[in-house]
Amino acid sequence: MRGLLIACGVAFAVLAMPAAADEAVPTLNDPVVAKREVELAKQLRCLVCQNETIADSRAGLAVDLRNKLREQMAAGKSDAEIIAFMTERYGDFVLYRPPLKATTVLLWVGPFLLLAIGLLIGWRVVRARAKAARPEPLSAADRERAERLLSGEGDAR
Amino acid sequence: MKRVVFFLVPLVFFLVLAAFLFRGLWLNPREVPSPLIGKPAPVFEKAKLAQPSEMFSSNDMAGQVWILNVWASWCTPCRVEHPLMNELAAKKLVPIIGMNYKDTPEAGRKWLAELGDPYTTTFIDYDGKLGIDFGVYGVPETFVIDKQGVIRYKHIGPVTPEAMAKKIVPLVQELQKS
Repeated sequence: MRGLLIACGVAFAVLAMPAAADEAVPTLNDPVVAKREVELAKQLRCLVCQNETIADSRAGLAVDLRNKLREQMAAGKSDAEIIAFMTERYGDFVLYRPPLKATTVLLWVGPFLLLAIGLLIGWRVVRARAKAARPEPLSAADRERAERLLSGEGDAR
Repeated sequence: MKRVVFFLVPLVFFLVLAAFLFRGLWLNPREVPSPLIGKPAPVFEKAKLAQPSEMFSSNDMAGQVWILNVWASWCTPCRVEHPLMNELAAKKLVPIIGMNYKDTPEAGRKWLAELGDPYTTTFIDYDGKLGIDFGVYGVPETFVIDKQGVIRYKHIGPVTPEAMAKKIVPLVQELQKS
């Protein structure tokens, strides 16, 4: 029984090998460097497939940009220098997270602004309704009339 | 008065949104504005396609207005714009330099033999590294570079007859005068 299990395990491992070969091979042996590369690649947009980072994309340009990234890391460039290198060539659009500047303020604060407007409108509507639902206090004339009606004198209008 | 405001505010909101979306219908999201416009073009030296033992240097073009056209034999839209490049070359208005981007020299030469060669020189960017320096992300791309070596215009995707007649040719003529 145990022999069969081992045989199955070996067969499975052999069968599983081609699948493993399809996975991306880590090109850098140092895990710290590899992690830094992935972190940087995650911040950069692939301009061919615009909704993917160069870490995710398989497009030729993404591969080239990742190679460039490695090259620059090997040359001892800092993260900021590498990001600057990319924006000099491809503009802010290459950054997956747009920088906060005058032209992008609306992009960053817009949703909060809309939320604030929504809350303000909601608050005013609720307040107006609450006000409408609250009965107005009886005026002196009405009170007098009610007393008359209750004491059976009839409506003298 | 209050009721008017109540109805007007959402209407104005809607109209503004609609105006932006309407404008968006005619924008091409693939056209990313290049930060390189108005900046000096990268200085480089690359092997010529026709004769890889000879080098083409961007300094060779100093003092004249020139067009850099990035193309590849595997690029289908390049075929679409190629007749326009041939036409422009026939006018002998401006030197057109070709960048054979991420292509094999054999395929590149065959392509030129088949479709005509409008280029004063074509050089090879085999690994696409120079392409990165020029911010190339989709072929074809076309740059207009002035006498001082500054990039003045970039066209992404195949050049259209309108872009050629209304932007590129007038810009080249204007830059040549200065």
